[in-house]
Amino acid sequence: MKVIKQSPIKSVLTVLALSLASSTTMAQELSITVTNLTQGLHFTPVITAAHASDNHIFMASEMASTELQAMAEGGDISGLVSMLNNADANINENPAAGLLAPAMSTSFTLTNDSTNTHLSLAAMVLPSNDGFVGLDSWVIPEAAGTYTVFLNAYDAGTEANNELRGSGAPGEAGMPVPPPLEAVIGMNGTGVTDMESNSKVHIHRGSLGDSDMSAGTSDINNSVQRWLNPVAKLTITVQ
Amino acid sequence: MLTFITQKKSTNKLTVQLLIAGVFTLGLAACNDNDNVAKEVVVVPVVPVTPAMEYSYSVTLTNLTYAQPLSPVAIALHGDAKMWQVGQSASVALEKLAEGGDNADFIALTSNMATMTSEGAVPPGASVTLDISTTEPMATYLTVATMLVNTNDAFSGLTGVDLSTLTLNQEKSWRLNVYDAGTEQNSEAVGTIPGPADGGVGYDATRNDIDLVGYHSGVVSKDDGLSSSVLTQAHRFDNPAVKLTITRTK
Repeated sequence: MKVIKQSPIKSVLTVLALSLASSTTMAQELSITVTNLTQGLHFTPVITAAHASDNHIFMASEMASTELQAMAEGGDISGLVSMLNNADANINENPAAGLLAPAMSTSFTLTNDSTNTHLSLAAMVLPSNDGFVGLDSWVIPEAAGTYTVFLNAYDAGTEANNELRGSGAPGEAGMPVPPPLEAVIGMNGTGVTDMESNSKVHIHRGSLGDSDMSAGTSDINNSVQRWLNPVAKLTITVQ
Repeated sequence: MLTFITQKKSTNKLTVQLLIAGVFTLGLAACNDNDNVAKEVVVVPVVPVTPAMEYSYSVTLTNLTYAQPLSPVAIALHGDAKMWQVGQSASVALEKLAEGGDNADFIALTSNMATMTSEGAVPPGASVTLDISTTEPMATYLTVATMLVNTNDAFSGLTGVDLSTLTLNQEKSWRLNVYDAGTEQNSEAVGTIPGPADGGVGYDATRNDIDLVGYHSGVVSKDDGLSSSVLTQAHRFDNPAVKLTITRTK
């Protein structure tokens, strides 16, 4: 910006005019807060990205990519990060530096290039086999203000929801059990199902769980680790 | 479900800035006419003294659930504050409302500037309309809270909603989700639920849950895998549980 000595009023008006004009043509700065609304689910490292309108990290009723599968089954966002980097997206990774515990929030800023007009987010929910909280291509408003978006839990459709302790590796059965989950989920369940007949990304039907911590069909605690949508709140302030 | 709420605070700020800028520009133009830039005269506009303005709102709440009566609905107008927040511990007043449906302490909080409560519970499928008025200019934030009584500590409502931008006769509507006060384990056990499904104990000072407000995970019931539950399939619920409409009437 050129600096010309002039009356303070004119300066104010110039700055206002510039800021009004810039909203459509220049980078935007977004202050984002992700709140885990649940009392019984952990979120694995969250990935948030501003990207072009033709990119998606997932789409409901489409097959999950292998990158999405790795996130949804084991919380590994590295594949999504490289996919988004290749698409020149603006990315925020793992703002909570690990798991986002029940009812906790994490905040960060994201500056998006003018071509990256859409916002997406994903994180696995635990305990689950391939459940994730997701946002697909929310159009970033041009007008300054604070916006609230509520997010639902999806099922990646890549793994049977057996609800048993197991593996976070893609294609391997069972749920990953990182340390905070170790003490709060059950064990020795016989399995809720070994079928995944809808292999497309869909709204998660929720976990069944049971009330037996040492046997039963499920290792999920039915009075603590079920959920109702929405499971997360996104607060986005466009500067 | 994807819900958007736009707060127009920033836009308003900008409008105010533009107005202020406009006022200054006029002031400068006037000075230039006098060719006397050194002696700027600041004119302070005189604010006429008027009797305190009364603001009135009509609040209608509808119970959208199948078999969860809502405890007497508490409504409060207050300053810029939230009476609960996801990730924070519930106040004792909120705990009493959420565990026992008793809103007396919640209504009596000294931060409230105007309050109202419904006469009784709001049955499933029923609506209640309450009017609330204030002359206190700072009382522009709304809180509404009510318990789903066939639960351990589920409540619905909203808190700290800014009403200052509501124009006369303007209506605003929300579909509200269900919170869990986090103060009592969702055991659904006999004797722990105050509603007609059990007739058990409401408020208990012991906090044996996560002690953080969050969204409710729903009731399990004895019909869906919690054999010790006093609740049946009929007491299950989903979001949203309540519809709330507010109209500024004065």
